[in-house]
Amino acid sequence: MTATRDAILNRVRRNLGVSGTDVTRRAAVADRITRAPAGVVPARGQLDPADRVALFVAKAEGVQATTERVASAADVPAAVADFLRRHNLPQRVRIGADPRLAGLDWAVGAGVEVLSGPSDGSDLVCVSHAAAGVAETGTLVLTSGPDNPTTLNFLPDVHVVVVDAGTIGGDYETVWRDLRARLGKGVMPRTVNFVTGPSRSADIEQTLLLGAHGPRSLHVIVTG
Amino acid sequence: MTAHVITSPRFKENAHEAMLSPPLQKAMGNVERNFIERRAQAAANLPEFEALRDAARDIKTHTLKHLDLYLEAYERKVTEAGGHVHWAADADAANKIVLDICRKAGARTVTKGKSMISEEIGLNGFLEANGVTPVETDLGEYIIQLRGEAPSHIIAPAVHVNKEEVEAEFRRVHTHLDPKRDLSEPTSLLAEARGELRQKFLAADVGITGANFLIAETGTSVIVTNEGNGDLTQILPRVHVVIASLEKITPTLEDASQILRVLARSATGQEMSVYTTFSTGPRRPGDPDGPEEYHVVLLDNGRSAMLGTEFEDMLRCIRCGACMNHCPVYHAIGGHAYGWVYPGPMGAVLTPTLIGVEKGGHLPNASTFCGRCESVCPMRIPLPKLMRHWREREFERHLTPPTARWSLKTWAFFATRPRLYRLATRVAMGTLGMLGRGSGRFRSLPLASGWTKYRDMPAPQGSTFQAEWAKRRRAA
Ligand code: SF4
Repeated sequence: MTATRDAILNRVRRNLGVSGTDVTRRAAVADRITRAPAGVVPARGQLDPADRVALFVAKAEGVQATTERVASAADVPAAVADFLRRHNLPQRVRIGADPRLAGLDWAVGAGVEVLSGPSDGSDLVCVSHAAAGVAETGTLVLTSGPDNPTTLNFLPDVHVVVVDAGTIGGDYETVWRDLRARLGKGVMPRTVNFVTGPSRSADIEQTLLLGAHGPRSLHVIVTG
Repeated sequence: MTAHVITSPRFKENAHEAMLSPPLQKAMGNVERNFIERRAQAAANLPEFEALRDAARDIKTHTLKHLDLYLEAYERKVTEAGGHVHWAADADAANKIVLDICRKAGARTVTKGKSMISEEIGLNGFLEANGVTPVETDLGEYIIQLRGEAPSHIIAPAVHVNKEEVEAEFRRVHTHLDPKRDLSEPTSLLAEARGELRQKFLAADVGITGANFLIAETGTSVIVTNEGNGDLTQILPRVHVVIASLEKITPTLEDASQILRVLARSATGQEMSVYTTFSTGPRRPGDPDGPEEYHVVLLDNGRSAMLGTEFEDMLRCIRCGACMNHCPVYHAIGGHAYGWVYPGPMGAVLTPTLIGVEKGGHLPNASTFCGRCESVCPMRIPLPKLMRHWREREFERHLTPPTARWSLKTWAFFATRPRLYRLATRVAMGTLGMLGRGSGRFRSLPLASGWTKYRDMPAPQGSTFQAEWAKRRRAA
């Protein structure tokens, strides 16, 4: 194993005509990893917060997500109940242990039945809370952890994602900056999902169809 | 199914047959119509697109020059996150490593996200021969797996298959299917595949994916898909195996983000693919789902040998498919004619480096040198130049048939005498332009049947490149 590893690395060095101990090269690599320069960041996302949210919504709808805006997190259960009714779906959803969802009063009105924990593939509707949104492409950012099962993002027919307007940034670079601030440099959650619209495929005669293996529809609720 | 049989040595015959197949020609029409327009739109909608192409190129060039060090940094981070890195010198070694992981996991079936590396090393055939059943889950890959074929396009593997053929295949394999069930439309076919594959996702013991990027900063593997199959492949089974070649290394999350901005736009014309997933190690303490083991198989298979040669540029390739989507030769003959797993201009450059010039040496001739591939390649890979390198090498090896050698010599005679060259091409272009004005293409040309027998010659636009260039310079 290490023999193969060393042979490959030696071949790389020999063909590049370089040495692995060259200080200049090592410094260049360390510097890039430490600084993580941003490069070219599109101007389109560089907006004030209100316009940023508007762009996020427009971009998400442009890729066939549906969206709605509610005043605060407390309004989410009613919005979800309403959404389920509009689409003739049973009043039942699965969520993770995330307090931003689990802590809400789901019994309001007629009440939505709430299941908790990872999905085994039998759920019609799952609700997740996004860590952030990205305006430039209408992308949701979901991170895994004890409170946020990744299966909820892929197994249901309908995925409802709640995102706090205050966490919608202009670009992907903002996401990385915030993650580093939260977890430390060079550390990632097990899974970070960028989700841009519902699942689709154009593999049969190039006809674009929604709902390949992931959710057939994606509904985004922006809070705040 | 066995590993893909290489038919690249009979490229000419393949191409000839392809051009006589009406269904294939119809399918290729779809490629030409859809991809080109969508990419152009996406590029036009992002003012920074060209600057991002430069940035993407520079990131990869820098990474390749420091590849040994980034590989070491990446390996360290994967290990820190609780994952395992396995190094494989060639296809055989990689296949054995994957089989070994499957055996240790007691796996009978493995699900697979779409991976060109898996196609390159013939992983499915190898696993099957050793008692492990691989199930492709990308819809296009699933279809060609049922048909026992290689992909004909790197991002749309079943682009050559029509819906009637998909229906026939599903009816043959999904034996529980009610014969009365209507499967005449893509929607019903998709629903059938979704139902069938859902069972497989849930039953698999090991999930195998490729990677679009391996990030040195964090030890993260990244997959980009539209269907969500890659994610179900990697979160449901107990073991996740990533197979990726060395050049997938990217320094940081920011660098990957630069390249992501040109990837989907160049590939399908989307601004972003639906799912871009960053995976780091196995599931963490307290995580309710995710794989318990995380393995990365780092494959060389000829990459290190390309470093320091004129083919180093090719290692920047991000497998977006834009070069084939814009290639008149690919449009005319489809992907299978190239005879292995990588078609189009990128395949014409890559195939001889990976399977040898003896077998793949014909492919670099499959070019009209129109330059469209290079003009759309997000990584600015000089594909025509690289194809020319192969031609030169082949010429040196005297593998080229005598007629081709003669015409190359004639071309060289004129090319080294610029004034004569300009005169000769102006005369020739004027004549060809007049003759070909109707369709824009020649199916045959007098005195050049060796060329047009297997290629359509694009009709020159009535002026030479040099004359056009001079005109533009004057206008500027
Ligand atoms: S060579 Fe360029 S255009 Fe072709 S697949 Fe690779 S990156 Fe895309």
